[in-house]
Amino acid sequence: MSIALRTLDDGAWISINDSRQVSVSDVWSLTTGAFCDCSPAYVLLEAFVDVDIDGSIVVVHAVGQCLECGTRDSIERLPVGRIVNDDFYPYDPEGVQWLVEPDGERP
Amino acid sequence: MPTDVEHWKDELYGTEIRAEIERFAEEGWESIPEDERDAWFERFKWFGLYHQRAGQESYFMLRIGPPSGVLKPGQFRRIVEIADEFSRGPAENPEFGNGWLDVTTRQAIQLHWIRLEDVPELFDRLEDVGLSTVQACGDSWRNIVGCPVAGKDKHEHVDAGALATELNETFKQNEAHSNLPRKWKVSVTGCDEGCGQGDINDLSFEPAEKELNGETVTGYNVRVGGGLSRNEPRFARNIDVFATPEQAVDVAGGLSALFRDHGDRENRYNARMKFLVDEWGPENVRETLQADYVDFELETAGDDLRESYSYNAGDADGKHDHVGVHEQVDGKYYVGLNVLVGRIGVNDAYEIADAAEAYASGEVRLTQRQNIILTDVPEENLDALLAEPVFEEYSPDPHPFQRGSIACTGTEFCSLSIVETKNRQVRYARWLKENVDLPDGVENFHIHLSGCTASCAQPQIADVSLRGMKTRKNGEPVEALDIGLGGGLGENPQFASWVAERIPADEVPGAIATLLENFAAARDGSESFREFVLERDDEELADLIEPEETDYDDPYMHNTKRTWYPYAEDDDLEASPAPARADGTPIPSDD
Ligand code: HEM
Ligand code: SF4
Ligand SMILES: [Zn+2]
Repeated sequence: MSIALRTLDDGAWISINDSRQVSVSDVWSLTTGAFCDCSPAYVLLEAFVDVDIDGSIVVVHAVGQCLECGTRDSIERLPVGRIVNDDFYPYDPEGVQWLVEPDGERP
Repeated sequence: MPTDVEHWKDELYGTEIRAEIERFAEEGWESIPEDERDAWFERFKWFGLYHQRAGQESYFMLRIGPPSGVLKPGQFRRIVEIADEFSRGPAENPEFGNGWLDVTTRQAIQLHWIRLEDVPELFDRLEDVGLSTVQACGDSWRNIVGCPVAGKDKHEHVDAGALATELNETFKQNEAHSNLPRKWKVSVTGCDEGCGQGDINDLSFEPAEKELNGETVTGYNVRVGGGLSRNEPRFARNIDVFATPEQAVDVAGGLSALFRDHGDRENRYNARMKFLVDEWGPENVRETLQADYVDFELETAGDDLRESYSYNAGDADGKHDHVGVHEQVDGKYYVGLNVLVGRIGVNDAYEIADAAEAYASGEVRLTQRQNIILTDVPEENLDALLAEPVFEEYSPDPHPFQRGSIACTGTEFCSLSIVETKNRQVRYARWLKENVDLPDGVENFHIHLSGCTASCAQPQIADVSLRGMKTRKNGEPVEALDIGLGGGLGENPQFASWVAERIPADEVPGAIATLLENFAAARDGSESFREFVLERDDEELADLIEPEETDYDDPYMHNTKRTWYPYAEDDDLEASPAPARADGTPIPSDD
């Protein structure tokens, strides 16, 4: 079965196979330097711009703001979960995440 | 590449959606194919049905949009009956109980917890009294806002009610205008107080006069491209066009068609008219309208009445809202009643409907400040009307903190929200009323709370603007608010500047208290709050706010978005009774 991935309700959701799976307004922890200088950076996701799949990992393009230093920026490739056997397993926003480099390598 | 939404709209959109809704209602929520849900829920919006957020699957919000907020005799009662019977959820709200209706900032009514299976019946009952949910949401002409006391008001210059009705009749269910790149919000003002709030709409008609062939003609000046959403607020821009009441419908149709053809369908973030006006400039909008979309010579703008605009205008003389008892042109009265955060419980609503029928014409009108108005009260009935117990709460003379409060839907039902809003704003207003004195002579003080940057509560045009955020407090993420100051409409509208960010929500009442103390101490004579803010830069203003915990207690500091319903005993998403069948029994998930 192919995976239907899209942003929904003007950036409020990542929909995976017509089910709203990842929501804006959660706070994600990102490793140092990935978003701003805070360590870790606690970033509130304000809107999803796009969604893509990288192997089995669902990565999103989002806009967010750091809760400590206030930096507001776009996040190009934030991994939000994995697809295993057509099912989506979301990552925990509070677990520290790294950003996937455009070429798929991890820093 | 056009978006998914554009594909779905190409396949099926507009009036055809009705039959599909009826089919799904007949067969039950589960009959919507799982892999078509996103598409159907997007289409349902066109008929005023909005699927509620995660944890509340299979429940819908239903929006009813009467032009200019005018509910004719019998219509309000019908909505109350529907709310009573169909708008009850699986859990209570501690401030509002179970069963209520929400008056919105665009003069509509929203009902929640609606079951798809009930919708055809609801449509019939609404249509039976001349009401409709058509285009209340979705990418097309939304509810047309305007002076709610059109036809009654002493401040009226041109009959805005007639134009709003004509626009509604022309552009609702109109094939040529039913699929626009994005929502299209229209406002018609006829009075010299500016209560249509045209400046924050995609298209605004405002009262004006113009000499034509030696005669003074009353009509409208036209502005386009206003709106508040997405950290990109814009006031509507003057395109230097005067329209007579006869030309106004053609001008509106021309501009809607221009937006239809030239708006951005590739990127929904960039789709609103305000961005097209940014890109083109008002001159080019005018030229294109003239060249391609109307077949008569456009007049240049006439003399407007903006100088006297007082609605939500901070410091101006004149009415800031419709609350209170006001004489109509015919010697009867209209009574504006305060509805705190726009929500009316069904029992109260029945009493209001009874009073409107017993002492007045039975009309109930909705304002953009989430309040209601009873019109046509004969002078001899005023005392008896106001003696009804229900008007202690829905008061024509409320405390300024309650009068000035507006709050959007928030995490209770809305997907985008970052924080809880309505209950919180009720608690804020209560605490402020008990603990904070307004400086001398300050009778209006507007505090608007929006759960996110979509700005449904119009936060940027308030004295104190509150916008949902998060912060960390004692190592935990908590609900927080950004605080902006000094916004308002009027002749020279002004957006609030965001001077304090990420203030924990339980420290906001303390912040407002210190702000008002500092304002009282430092203001120049009888200077208004808006003038006071205008005189100062953001840093000075930030220094006036000292967030602190007080005895205000906030039960919603946790992540209310991560609940199925923030007020439920067991609010965990896992405990959600949704999705449910029409009788409320949960539908087991297949994994
Ligand atoms: C379930 C979700 C939502 C709920 C319950 C909701 C609720 C409301 C309400 C009550 C209003 C007053 C309007 C009216 O009567 O038409 C409103 C207006 C508005 N909504 Fe929403 N809304 C939702 C989703 C959205 C989304 C997805 C967006 C944008 C992406 C949005 C943006 C706005 C804006 C910008 C306004 C009015 C402010 C202006 O004048 O520009 N809303 N909404
Ligand atoms: S302002 Fe945001 S949170 Fe509030 S109703 Fe609108 S979209 Fe929802
Ligand atoms: Zn940071």
